[in-house]
This record gives sequence, structure tokens and C-alpha cells, in this order.
Amino acid sequence: MATAAEHQTARSAPDQAAADAARTAAQQSAFDAAVAADERIEPRDWMPDAYRASLVRQIAQHAHSEIIGMQPEANWITRAPSLRRKAILMAKVQDEAGHGLYLYSAAETLGTSRDELLDKLHSGRQKYSSIFNYPTLTWADVGAIGWLVDGAAITNQVPLCRCSYGPYARAMVRVCKEESFHQRQGYESLLALSRGTEAQHAMAQDAVDRWWWPSLMMFGPPDDESSHSEQSMTWKIKRHSNDELRQRFVDICVPQAESLGLTLPDPDLVWNEERGQHDFGAIDWTEFWAVLKGNGPCNEQRITQRKSAHDEGAWVREAAAAFAAKHGEAKA
Amino acid sequence: MTAPLTPTATASALALGDDALVLSHRLGEWAGHAPVLEEEVALANIALDLLGQARVLLSLAGDEDELAYLREERAFRNLQLVEQPNGDFAHTIARQLYFSTYQTLLYGQLASTDSTFAPLAAKAVKEVAYHQDHAEQWTLRLGDGTAESHERMERGIDALWRFTGEMFQPVEGLDGTDGSQGIDWQALHESWTASVTAVIEKATLTVPSGPQEGAWAAGAGRQGLHTESFGRMLAEMQHLHRSHPGASW
Repeated sequence: MATAAEHQTARSAPDQAAADAARTAAQQSAFDAAVAADERIEPRDWMPDAYRASLVRQIAQHAHSEIIGMQPEANWITRAPSLRRKAILMAKVQDEAGHGLYLYSAAETLGTSRDELLDKLHSGRQKYSSIFNYPTLTWADVGAIGWLVDGAAITNQVPLCRCSYGPYARAMVRVCKEESFHQRQGYESLLALSRGTEAQHAMAQDAVDRWWWPSLMMFGPPDDESSHSEQSMTWKIKRHSNDELRQRFVDICVPQAESLGLTLPDPDLVWNEERGQHDFGAIDWTEFWAVLKGNGPCNEQRITQRKSAHDEGAWVREAAAAFAAKHGEAKA
Repeated sequence: MTAPLTPTATASALALGDDALVLSHRLGEWAGHAPVLEEEVALANIALDLLGQARVLLSLAGDEDELAYLREERAFRNLQLVEQPNGDFAHTIARQLYFSTYQTLLYGQLASTDSTFAPLAAKAVKEVAYHQDHAEQWTLRLGDGTAESHERMERGIDALWRFTGEMFQPVEGLDGTDGSQGIDWQALHESWTASVTAVIEKATLTVPSGPQEGAWAAGAGRQGLHTESFGRMLAEMQHLHRSHPGASW
């Protein structure tokens, strides 16, 4: 024979489920309304699980790109050809580590941790920008990265300053300020090379020839093959499509290349009067997917160096934790 | 334009400038290899401060790039301590502890003299105080952390000890012979020993008991006699600049 309490439970279970569903629906519509009104979603706000997961994926990938992105440039710190350029490059690589820190913090507001994300990077479960799998073969590559790679990053990131998730948007404001500075320095460095000796000019042209197409690939696959785009735009994480941003970048770069006195390696690049934009050649998507899947020129090297820095630093992190435990410091 | 430096002042600008330049370069080698992201930021930050000091000092002595990129090994005047390879993180921290303590004390004295370098030193002391704090904090954490970190830290401070004596030999131009107020090297040595001893002991480590100067090597950096790894470091640093004579960057 059932007790009164059991009757009570049996009766309330469906009621509870109905109440939960009603609450979720109310939360969902509040969320939708906030996004529609261009309000910011903050860490304590309710958000759909898929929105949270998508942001974690994107912010983590962004953070990973900052720290893997230190490698191709750091490759030239010890060989920078003047003390001024060396200082600029060191400051830039330092800024990138700082951007990594902001972005991991932004990701942590979504309930993950830096350790967990680094672990996913090291085990290949999370990606970083495909651009950093290309090697820096000459000094001019450092300038080309500043001009093109940072230029593409800014084109992508400026709209993210208005992204619906508050912590990410605020991180982007800080990141973009520093990135624009790096981009101008990269441009200025290429300009010095382009106007320098014949050998320097050739070095600059060669670097632009090698970095142009990979930079265009930074905007991601074409719109009809971009799996996350549509949803991200609905959620106002993204504001523009991959192809729109890529087009904007090309239109910005063409006149800049002219003032640099350098050419862009695309015979099909031409102004289209009717569209008021440049037409440009086809991107080698086979190469893009190969690099993304781990088969680019430096994928193995980048991850190996990242992991070895992490593994070789384990005893240092353990020491800091042991010291903190002994001396009653709050765990960082 | 400022008046050209006297030959002895030029010699000291080179000595101090080369210290900062070479240590900055070594710290730059850490970029992308640090044990934790915060240390990527910190080591690069210290490297940048030092590079900034080097640029001011070398510019007082001549053209910064000519001096950095076109002198050969025997013409560099840096301490042998700062050219030592990074080794592990503890080794790097030991080098930072020794050098930043020296630099704090030296620049502290310089800032209060009438030397040509007083204004530079007054600015740099603020930076080096941060470097010294960073090195001390890590010495404590590694020394008093785990058994492994304790052992590594002890190895670092032991291995670099023999390069420390050179820091207290008078630097030409900072010895008061040009009529300006010279550095009190004896006092510098005593304060350095007291400061470093306190940190090492607090870190539960043992102050090295070996000689601070070797029979031939230590003490010779200021005369242009360096250790073997230094030539390799310069080869890497200077290669591109030397490959394009007369180019500007």
C-alpha cells in the first residue's frame, strides 16, 4: 500500500517536468529576446547548451591560435636584423601570450578551465588557426604575417567586438587595439624592405607570395561549406559570413599592396566595376583541408613544441603549487 | 645633441649595454618555450626592458646596430654570467637572481651619482626592481617547492656561482677616475652577498661555497674573453644583419 508521500511524488513528477519545460521555454525566449535586442549575454545568464558549447569551441580555438601563433614569429626573435625590429617583435610575441591569457579567461567564464582546454589542444581535440602551420622562412615573413595575417585577423575580429557574449566581446576590444598596432608595424616593416636593397625587395615579394593565399584561407571555408556559420550568425556570435569578410579583406589589401610596391600572387585579381569589389582567383581548398586535418608543413612541429614546453614546464608548475600549499597561498 | 662621451664613459656604456643586450637575447630564446603562459609574458617583458636599456646605452657609445651586429666576440664587454645558456627554468632564474640583484644595486648607486648614466639608471632601477622581485619569487618557489625543483634550483645557483665574482670588479668609467663619483664596488659586493644569501636561505637552499672567480675564465668578459657558447649566440644574432651589408630594416 502506497503512503501519502508516495502518492504525492507520483503525482508531482509530471507536474515537475511540465514546470521545467515551461521554465526552459521562458529562459529560451528571454535569451532570444536579449540576442535580438543586441544585449550582451553574461556568464551568469541562462544560455542554450549549444550556444555555450559553440562559444567554448570558438574562444578556445582563438586562444590556442594566439599561443601557437607565437611560434612562427618567435622563430625570428634571435635573428631580427636591428634592435628596433627585435624590440617590436618581442613586444608583439608578448602581446600574443597576453591575448591567449585574456581568451582563456573568457572561455573559463563558460565553465571550462585553461588546463582542460590546453589538454584538448595538445591531444588534437581542439584546433588552432591553420595559418600557423606555415613556416617563417625569411625575415620578411615576419612583416608579411603582421600585414596579412594580423590584417585578416582584425577583419575577422573587429565584428567580434559586438559579439553577443559579453566576456568575448570585451576581450576582443583589447585584442583588436593591440592587433591593429602589430598590423601597422608589419606593414611598415615590409615597406622598409620593399624600398630597401634589391635583395630586401625580393625577400618581401617572396614572403607576400607565400602568405597571401594562406591568409585568405583564414576566413574559413566558403559560406556553403561552413558548418557553424549560420547558427553563429543567428546567435550574433558572428556578424558576417566568411566570404563577406574575405571579400572585405581583399578589397583592403589591394591598394595597400600597391603602396607597398609589391604584387599579390593572383593573376585573376581584378576590380569589378559592376560589383564595386575585386574579383579574385580560386582558393586551393584541398590545401586548406589538408592543413586543417594536420597535414600542413608545420602542424607536427607546432604541436610538438607546444607539448614539450608544457611537459618540460610541469615541474615548475608543480613547484609553484607545492609552495603555495606550504605557505597557505590561495591556489591560482 | 649631447656631448660625445669620454673614452672611459664609452667603455662603461658598452659594458652595461652589452650586459643588457646579451641577457635580453638569452631571455628572448625562451619565447614559446616557457613553462606557463604567465612566464611567456614575464620573460618577454624582462627581455624587452633589458633591450630598451641596451639600446639607450649603446646609442650613447655609438650606433646601436653597428655595435650589436658588427662587433666580433672579442669586442663584447658583457659579463660572462649573462651569456650563459638558458639551461632549465631554474638555471635561467638563478642567472636572473644574480644579475638583477647586481643591476638593482649598481643602478641604485649610479642613480645617485653625477655620472652620465644617472638619468638612465634612475629610470632603469624601476624596471630592475621588478626583475629582481620576479627572480626572488621564483627562487623561493623552486627552492621551497618540490624535491625536484629544490634540486634543480640548487644546481642552478651552484653552476653559475663562479661567474658572479666578475660583477664586483670595477668597470672602466664607473670607478671615479674621471673625477665623477665612482661606484663603491666593495659595498656593492657586500650588499649583493647579503641580499642573495637571504633569498637563497629563505628558499631552503645552500649558498654556494666555491670560488666566485675561476683561474682563467671568470672575470674576463669585461676584457672581451668569453665562454664558448657566446660565439654561437652572436652567429645567430648577427647573421641576417651581416648578410645584407649597409641595408636598413
